Amino acid sequence: MTARLKHKDLLGLETLEREEIELILSTAESFREVSERDIKKVPTLRGRTVINLFYEASTRTRTSFEIAAKRMSADAVNISVSTSSVVKGETLRDTAKNLEAMKPDCIVIRHASAGTPHLIAKSVACSVINAGDGAHEHPSQALLDMLTVKEKLGSIDGIKLAIIGDIAHSRVARSNIYGFSKLGAKVVVAGPATMIPPGIEKLGCAATFSADEAISGADVVMMLRIQLERQDESFFPTAREYSRLYGLDNLKLARAKKDVIILHPGPINRGVEISSEVADGQYSVILNQVTNGVAVRMALFYLLLGASKEEVKK
Amino acid sequence: MKIKILMDEKAIARALARIAHEILERNKGTDGLVILGIPTRGYELARRLKAVIDAIENSDVPLGAVDATLYRDDVGIKKTQPTLKKMDIPVSIDDKKVIMVDDVLFTGRTIRAAMNALMDFGRPLSIQLAVLVDRGHRELPIKADYVGKNIPTSLKEGVKVKLLETDGSCEVVVEPLKEVDKK
Amino acid sequence: MLRLVIKGGRVIDLAGSIDGLYNIYIMGGRIASVKAVDKDISATELVAGEGLEVIDATGLLVTPGLIDAHTHLREPGYEYKETIAGGAVSAAVGGFTTIMCMANTKPVNDNESVTRFMLKKAESAVVNVLPIGAVTVGLKGERLTEMAELKEAGCAAFSDDGMPVASSSVMRRALEYANALGMVVITHAEDTKLAGAGVMNEGEVSTKLGLKGIPSTAEDIAVARDILLAELTRARLHVAHVSTRGAVEIIRNAKKRGVKVTCEATPHHLTLTHLAVEGYGTNAKMNPPLRSEDDVSALIEGLADGTIDCIATDHAPQSVIEKDVEFDRAANGVVGLETAFSLVYALVEKGLITLQAAIAAMTINVARTFNLDKGSLKVGSSADIAIFDLKALWIVEPSLLKSKSKNTPFGGMNLKGRVEKTIVNGKVVYDANKQR
Repeated sequence: MTARLKHKDLLGLETLEREEIELILSTAESFREVSERDIKKVPTLRGRTVINLFYEASTRTRTSFEIAAKRMSADAVNISVSTSSVVKGETLRDTAKNLEAMKPDCIVIRHASAGTPHLIAKSVACSVINAGDGAHEHPSQALLDMLTVKEKLGSIDGIKLAIIGDIAHSRVARSNIYGFSKLGAKVVVAGPATMIPPGIEKLGCAATFSADEAISGADVVMMLRIQLERQDESFFPTAREYSRLYGLDNLKLARAKKDVIILHPGPINRGVEISSEVADGQYSVILNQVTNGVAVRMALFYLLLGASKEEVKK
Repeated sequence: MKIKILMDEKAIARALARIAHEILERNKGTDGLVILGIPTRGYELARRLKAVIDAIENSDVPLGAVDATLYRDDVGIKKTQPTLKKMDIPVSIDDKKVIMVDDVLFTGRTIRAAMNALMDFGRPLSIQLAVLVDRGHRELPIKADYVGKNIPTSLKEGVKVKLLETDGSCEVVVEPLKEVDKK
Repeated sequence: MLRLVIKGGRVIDLAGSIDGLYNIYIMGGRIASVKAVDKDISATELVAGEGLEVIDATGLLVTPGLIDAHTHLREPGYEYKETIAGGAVSAAVGGFTTIMCMANTKPVNDNESVTRFMLKKAESAVVNVLPIGAVTVGLKGERLTEMAELKEAGCAAFSDDGMPVASSSVMRRALEYANALGMVVITHAEDTKLAGAGVMNEGEVSTKLGLKGIPSTAEDIAVARDILLAELTRARLHVAHVSTRGAVEIIRNAKKRGVKVTCEATPHHLTLTHLAVEGYGTNAKMNPPLRSEDDVSALIEGLADGTIDCIATDHAPQSVIEKDVEFDRAANGVVGLETAFSLVYALVEKGLITLQAAIAAMTINVARTFNLDKGSLKVGSSADIAIFDLKALWIVEPSLLKSKSKNTPFGGMNLKGRVEKTIVNGKVVYDANKQR
């Protein structure tokens, strides 16, 4: 059995093959069980160190990685950095070498600038997991979304996924487009024209400006968080109009398949991108997403740190 | 390549039948018994063992799987990490007599890991080990309570238990070791 | 008086319509004569010795020294990135004998004292350095600089490069005022509002990488505006680092109408596309950004048909502290002097442009654009000459660049055609064979 990831890092789903994604998901399925035990801890990664390097505040993702590391018996160290290396007058190579001197086995990085995990990964020998880089990718989020859909629907192959909202600025959208399309789903993104970036179709999806069209016949609807500040940059006129056109309410939801699943990377703007009755309704699996998030991250640690580093491609 | 067939389908069935009787004899029936197989082939053997025991005693002994992967001592040493298998503990194992089943007993490391895994689920009254083949070469102080067949082997040989469910045939073979097969 | 003879080389001098085997005689730092090899029988008897240096250029290409209308030498103010003397060495390695340097130093070259400081430093530099004065004070786009005095001090042109002149009114005045002085305004054409916080070309690659894009239209709009202003004022306008198809077409059209516009393109925009940004290497970050394949084709077409007059490097040294940072935060710019000729020659090798067009764009066209008495081998002109081995192969190794900064996107690239010798005022200032 030669099931393993082909790279030392997990920087995005774009570079993963279908088999690798399937391996992560099936491994995560096994790890879900660990979190249901009384003793929610296995000794697998005893003595390993995981650094959570967060340049952007994110309690949710950071906590999920931290719990995952701890349930694997790895030591998790959280480093929150509020300034970029530019402000500190330090190069990224300096930052990377400093971290490496702490001898971590894995660095989990969240950064507001796209590509920063990639640049750091080039300078360190340990594994790097991208926990969200700018508007680029957020692979562990997409994997947990996929795990949730697989849990609920049994399979991803052949389903229709609608992603609604600010596609241009969303790393969650990009990773999910790659992940779901690689596993055979049909992905349609919808949002205001100002928020559909050029060439998004090349990532593996269809694009429309109509939420209704995207939601029609969908098995899964993913609502992205809208940043209300974007109003000031004329991406959309008002939250009211955005909500009217792209907010998910029961009326729009009626166009989807009967047993539709609603995903949201959280935190929710209630009443803007998703109405309260939908968010709390029977379809929502937002809390399953949180549980699956820990399982997916345990699987990532297991697959990246569980094998000897030799012969693994950089 | 020389392959020696050591047990055929009938021999395996006879060994399991004997082990079933030994288990029942030692434990005085099925009371408090839980059978847990170590995936993949250990679980298949456990399934058969349960069937034999249930047929004799007209019982329904709880059957489950204990995956030792996350408790192994070679994580991070081997080039590829072993694939996670099923962990399925169907009932509380507190104060139960757990019969752990595996196909081949070799270094004892898998059994050590499986016992550690079990301890995270409760405190059994006892853990007993049943294996189809004991090939020797122990590296830890571990001994099987029930053995289908003792097969003295060289370290240059591999012992393979093949089962209908997993391998399409039913036999135990000894073959010269290929590099890739080294356990 | 030292005599230098460069004999037996293939000489291309587009000012003199020369292309063939010639011997070049240099005396007192000036071209004494240029004689066809087959009519110059005495040359075979020339022996190097007392007062006579002979360079055997057999099998080599000899051209007027290259001229770069667009460099950033960072001095004064940012000497840790580059200096005038150091930039000049880098230029000599690249076959350049004259370089023009932009005004975005600290302090800005917006008054004659800065210009004189630069020229003072340039006296000991190995190549000719001509400062470009700022269009507006402090590059702020508000008040015009004292252009007449800057010209007298030695500025060769005016530009706020790096900071577009946002106000159409200020740009109009600048064009009018400079034109009356016989000077050219170089525009960094960019609608900064449209470009916004973009860090690379807007398109499928920026979408994929999740980086903010700069639409090519941000350049087109500004080029169109400045051309219309040049038309209005009948002034001379030079467009720096053209990078888009739209801009090429607007300029081509303007030239047809008789607008006095010239423009330049950089070797990197002629060579790389936005795909070079994949992997987030910050050495692929510059302004204007690397564009699409289609834009690159348009630039090459423009170079081939004469719409693009000059090739300029936009040599912009940046240290690791500006470059080894997050892509969003990294400074723009690449070093270009030492790779320019080989990159342009690659276009010749591919058959996209002629060797003559390439050399013209790096010599006489630049001289004509800025009224410089350079770029030719005519008798009496200063002996600024570059000698190339077009067969030589080399690999770009950033650490071996002479520039103080190593921010090249071409590291590891295999190139053909290499500078053998660079001669300024009859003196060899770079010799590939004497490098360690």
